[in-house]
Amino acid sequence: MTLKEVQDILEAEVLVGRDQLQKPVRTAFAADLMSDVLAFAKPDSLLLTGLTNPQVVRTADILDITAIILVRGKKPSEETVKLAEELKIPILSTRYILFETSGRLHAKGITGCIEKVGGEM
Amino acid sequence: MRESPKFEKSFDVEGGSFQNAGNVSGQIKNILKDLGVSTDIVRRVAIICYESEINIVSYAKKGTITLAVTDNAVKIETKDEGPGIPDIDLAMKEGYSTATAAVREMGFGAGMGLANMKKYSDHLIITSEVGVGTCVKMMVMNFPKLLHPDLPVVTL
Repeated sequence: MTLKEVQDILEAEVLVGRDQLQKPVRTAFAADLMSDVLAFAKPDSLLLTGLTNPQVVRTADILDITAIILVRGKKPSEETVKLAEELKIPILSTRYILFETSGRLHAKGITGCIEKVGGEM
Repeated sequence: MRESPKFEKSFDVEGGSFQNAGNVSGQIKNILKDLGVSTDIVRRVAIICYESEINIVSYAKKGTITLAVTDNAVKIETKDEGPGIPDIDLAMKEGYSTATAAVREMGFGAGMGLANMKKYSDHLIITSEVGVGTCVKMMVMNFPKLLHPDLPVVTL
């Protein structure tokens, strides 16, 4: 599916990266702890999180994350938006809670970038 | 056997500068991409740099991250002027942390940093002196990580 379809499913607002909505996505990872994202997320996935500081964008950049989805209606700080624009990483904001966001995407075919931990390297 | 690096550069990292944390790692990632290092290796080095950078920003007064690229490996060496680590084995334990609230607000400080650095590098050596600072040498071999996700940590 494309980022545009993700936007529609989540009734999300696109805060950064309107020009990148045709990007394809198949997998996602969800966490508020960036060290866990660094430990387990895979490239070309969505990052679902409630954290809004610039470190989310840095983490996404380091891992080649396709787009950041902020859940629970969170809005990023100005610095976060600026960095995302600079690094060309889309940010979408949805009012759904993390559980609903994950469930709605999973029901439409987006899967976890890993299923469970242990021996995934 | 030691080979002379085909690329080497040191970067300064300022302690407490949370807003800029990740800047150096981003630069290192771009350098490696430009050098034509494979995507998987670039990502692993970027992750260990980023965790290292977060550690320096979180705990030290200042530090440096040095990148050296050879034909066979990418080496990262970090040195900081920080509090030092009294018990390295304990610090390596997943979940052990001495992080402040500011660090946790960034989405770090859950005791995963050193564990992640170990997970993504092929070799990792930590030396530390309490009250002086910490040095971490990491190497990512320039071929896919093979059968040993749990390489031993060498403590000097």
